[in-house]
Amino acid sequence: MSETRIDRRFTALKEEGRAAFVTFVMAGDPDHETALEIIKGLPRAGADVIEIGMPFTDPMADGPSIQQAGLRALASGTTLKSTLSLIREFRATDQDTPIVLMGYYNPIYSYGIDRFLEEGKEAGVDGLIIVDLPTEEDEELCLPALKAGVNFIRLTTPTTDDTRLPAVLKNTSGFLYYVSIAGTTGAAAPEPADVAKSLERIRKATDMPIAVGFGIRTPDQAAAIAEIADGAVVGSALVECIANAQTNKEAVDAVLSLASDLSAGIRSVSKN
Amino acid sequence: MTQLNTYRAGPDETGHFGLFGGQFVAETLMPLILELDKAYESSKKDPEFAAQLKSLLKHYVGRESPLYFAERLTEHFGGAKIYLKREDLNHTGAHKINNCMGQILLALKMGKKRIIAETGAGQHGVATATVAARFGLPCSIYMGETDIERQKPNVFRMKLMGAEVVPVTSGSRTLKDAMNEALRDWVTNVEDTFYIIGTVAGPHPYPQLVRDFQNVIGEEVRRQIMEAEGRLPDTLLACIGGGSNAMGLFHPFLDDEGIDIIGVEAAGHGIETDKHAASLKGGRPGVLHGNRTYLLQDDDGQIIEAHSISAGLDYPGIGPEHAWLNDMGRVNYVNATDDEALEAFQLCCKLEGIIPALESSHALAYLEKIAPDLPKDHIIVVNLSGRGDKDIFTVADALGVKL
Repeated sequence: MSETRIDRRFTALKEEGRAAFVTFVMAGDPDHETALEIIKGLPRAGADVIEIGMPFTDPMADGPSIQQAGLRALASGTTLKSTLSLIREFRATDQDTPIVLMGYYNPIYSYGIDRFLEEGKEAGVDGLIIVDLPTEEDEELCLPALKAGVNFIRLTTPTTDDTRLPAVLKNTSGFLYYVSIAGTTGAAAPEPADVAKSLERIRKATDMPIAVGFGIRTPDQAAAIAEIADGAVVGSALVECIANAQTNKEAVDAVLSLASDLSAGIRSVSKN
Repeated sequence: MTQLNTYRAGPDETGHFGLFGGQFVAETLMPLILELDKAYESSKKDPEFAAQLKSLLKHYVGRESPLYFAERLTEHFGGAKIYLKREDLNHTGAHKINNCMGQILLALKMGKKRIIAETGAGQHGVATATVAARFGLPCSIYMGETDIERQKPNVFRMKLMGAEVVPVTSGSRTLKDAMNEALRDWVTNVEDTFYIIGTVAGPHPYPQLVRDFQNVIGEEVRRQIMEAEGRLPDTLLACIGGGSNAMGLFHPFLDDEGIDIIGVEAAGHGIETDKHAASLKGGRPGVLHGNRTYLLQDDDGQIIEAHSISAGLDYPGIGPEHAWLNDMGRVNYVNATDDEALEAFQLCCKLEGIIPALESSHALAYLEKIAPDLPKDHIIVVNLSGRGDKDIFTVADALGVKL
């Protein structure tokens, strides 16, 4: 497939000699306008890649923070259609920052695969992370997405052993998302030494950039991950800023301020 | 109806029944599910495993369960001859233990040290807590807060047997949310934990292995009805939530032409309202909890909360093999409302001296629609999947009686 914004961004960062700061926020959390303001502000706050959650009623792999974010988004009337509008509106002001949609399969299946890929591509989606589509189900969405020129980013976990790894890598593109702990999002903090060992193992099998997520909350933790990985993903800590805010303005300020701090942590690590 | 040589060959190698089934789970769980599949396949070839399971089913569960000629129900309807398969007489009072016994032996075989499960009515939770106690494994049961409230006796039973009952406060606080929470536990504790799924749903190989462990129901019925009547039945009737008791009764008969097989979904306040649990007749195909099947969902693919007076049927999906059998036309799926189930519950108490589970009462409720018009030599077997002692508070409440 042809080069995507994600490929270009990771190539540029490699030249720059630093790791990527990957942020996650939920579409429509706490409402469409506020989420748009947050997403528009994220690149200035240092985000290199933006993951946007597609809310789902039954997020089996998510911890309480992202579950709550999804419920807030659904309560504010968020749909897959409005999520794609959100990206379209963002793209009107930003042509470069890669956007990755993250969520569960059923809303996409319900929307229609072809329609989703066509409208998603047109809106400016660069990649997909679909938690409940392992490589065993590649024909559902992964292969059609690759054909449509959209990266399919796979999660690999501490339970993905060497025999399974090649299958997981096979149709993955853009970057590989290493889930640093066996658990749900926002759970225990990863132990950088363990993560480093796992990454070493995975790097023997692929040259793809590897971002690490799950449980990273502070600038120090982000910096520690930036030392060993090509990117650090933060989600739960950001959406908690929205949960704790009294007003929408406070939510925007809190998310962007934490994002700036995390970004500073990641930028403090030079990889050259 | 599509004619096949056999309806019993599924799933295929990738865990699909036609369009349905599959393995839609997070990567963290995939290696485990593949390991489970391998362990299950090897257990099928292991005579020692089969012998141990058979012995436990006989001496601990109390199988075989009787196939009982319900003389007074038969008289009452004045038509077909009605037999009840008495799964309510199993240890723990329902069919659920058949599957739990099989799965705990698998867990032991795989060297797992901890058991988790989800439960709705509490029957599967009780059965899981029971086998965990029997084999000395710690056990956590996830149960929606709403269900904990309406199934207090079962909650206490589980605790007596040493299980931890974890209240689930997310979503609709019923079975589907309990399953989400159990999956979250499993993702977090993959190394040592075995997840005993209670119905013929979830990622492959669960729908298949739960079915196989429940097939003992139908296999016994075949033998028992031959002894009683010298021939196979004409109609099979069972209630369906996820569909494990129904699959256990139906599957051994799928290839017998001429047998009417009827599954009864819970219609709650009515299938035309938004308060029911009839995924086949009121839903459409989607992906949830590891498999593709019929789901109650809105236009945007968000899952809708199910409703049924019976906690065990209160689930917005159905096992993928049922979804396939529905589309193939081999099984006829109908439904019964809360009120119809309540009527049938009382009728069975009064006429047969048997308190049926509210779940099973949905199957009994359908008798009224077919039994009176069928000839007297027509044989119907109803799966009385569980006993109703756990439901007396719900029923009293519905009837306006204060206990």
